Amino acid sequence: MKHFAKRQRTACSPEHCLYLKKRRRETVLVQALRLGILLLLLGVWELVAQLRLVDPFIISSPSRIFATIGDLAADGSLFVHIGTTLWETLAGFAIAVALGTLVALALWWSERARRVLEPYIVVLNSLPKIALGPVIIVWFGTGSTAILFMTVLVGIIVAIMNMLGGFTATDPGKILLLRSMGASKLQILTKLVLPSSLPAFIGMLKICVGMAWIGSIMGEYISSNAGLGYLIVYGGQVFRLDLVMAATAILCVLAAGMYALVALAEKLLLKK
Amino acid sequence: MESENRRKALEFKDVRLVYHTKEGETAAAEHMSFCVYEGEFIAVIGPSGCGKTTVLSLAAGLLRPSAGEVCVHGKKGQKGIGYMLQKDELFPWRTVRQNIFLPLEIGKKDTPEHRARVLALAEKYGLSGFLRAYPAQLSGGMRQRAALIRTLAADPALLLLDEPFSALDYQTRLNVCEDVCRVIRGEQKTAILVTHDISEAISCADRVLVLSARPARVVASHTMDFSELSPLKRRESPQFSGWFEILWKELNV
Repeated sequence: MKHFAKRQRTACSPEHCLYLKKRRRETVLVQALRLGILLLLLGVWELVAQLRLVDPFIISSPSRIFATIGDLAADGSLFVHIGTTLWETLAGFAIAVALGTLVALALWWSERARRVLEPYIVVLNSLPKIALGPVIIVWFGTGSTAILFMTVLVGIIVAIMNMLGGFTATDPGKILLLRSMGASKLQILTKLVLPSSLPAFIGMLKICVGMAWIGSIMGEYISSNAGLGYLIVYGGQVFRLDLVMAATAILCVLAAGMYALVALAEKLLLKK
Repeated sequence: MESENRRKALEFKDVRLVYHTKEGETAAAEHMSFCVYEGEFIAVIGPSGCGKTTVLSLAAGLLRPSAGEVCVHGKKGQKGIGYMLQKDELFPWRTVRQNIFLPLEIGKKDTPEHRARVLALAEKYGLSGFLRAYPAQLSGGMRQRAALIRTLAADPALLLLDEPFSALDYQTRLNVCEDVCRVIRGEQKTAILVTHDISEAISCADRVLVLSARPARVVASHTMDFSELSPLKRRESPQFSGWFEILWKELNV
């Protein structure tokens, strides 16, 4: 609409310019403080280690972490470990989201199925998935399959519950409207329930990103011979805190990156 | 058949409706009989909670009567109905244009001819400048107007209006009411308006049906004898307060 665009494009008055300037300044300040806290923490950490106030063997230090990452990268094993964990996490995430959404759809479609299965979902949701670790190892062995299964298991229940919540929260007035037009259940699903559940879907993606990391790292803790979780456990066992910290730092960066991707998807999908 | 040459658009024959819940059963309507003729604009008023909306749900075929018959154009299976609700219920992720095409998509009538007819309707009633806008960018009155065009999109033979103005502020309500009545009369549609607002009923309708408290049945039917059709002009006319008093008393028996 021309006149909608016009309203936003009017020249700004001096007061408004000042207001905009203030807001920009505030944003810059927040970002500077964020970075400042990180640098301060790293600096203090490095200093404490360098001055031997605490034994760096126990607390490691930023410089030692960087050196460790450099060593791992030099012999190429870093990328094997990152690749392993990333694959497990992404595949588990994708399967949990897809399967969880499908199950939620089925439960939305049939109220009876929903009522029948509700207690199972509640119990599975509150069960700590790690309790199933031994069972999973016996069933799927000690390889990637077991870890993938663990990742899916951790994510799928949350995916189901969130999506079902989104589907059943569809505005009853709009359902009534479609029914009065003679819409079939399939039409109600595709024209109304799915599009109106988009925000719930995005919310579910965000939660499942975190769940997928929990699943894959937990899986690697139980049994693995590669991956960042493996590095952390191995580093702990041989008392190489540098290795533990290095793997943890990489994990932080990867998890933040994946969350940023979902946030980007949210921006693109919910533009309206 | 009928000696009268007016054809019946909707007929309730001794309708009874019972709601069942875990707590028990409630009779919402009992021995309800009335007729709406083609081209007629009917308003239905009644004490609050008497089941006015139930009448529309029955007419729309969303509820089946427990006893008796509901016939639309002499047939029991309902089709060709446009339902307009209290809230506009426009889909926020669709533009106004996509919203008013919705009934065509649902009814599998999404052809260029039907689209052209709907767009012509939108143009005729002042919506053409807003077709690309999203509902959130429109005022309450404009949104309700878009909802009306959507209601008319599938060219329904019978319009069911469930308090379509009650969510609007007073001034907008008078204006939108004026618009909606003009559109409905312009398109020569048969319409049933359910409202709790006596003045709205008097100013819009050709005939006002008064329902009793639950279980609802029709206790009176008054033909409005205004020479004016415009709701605002009717409100100024001398008969208006007379009708108001009569209906007010009937509601408070």
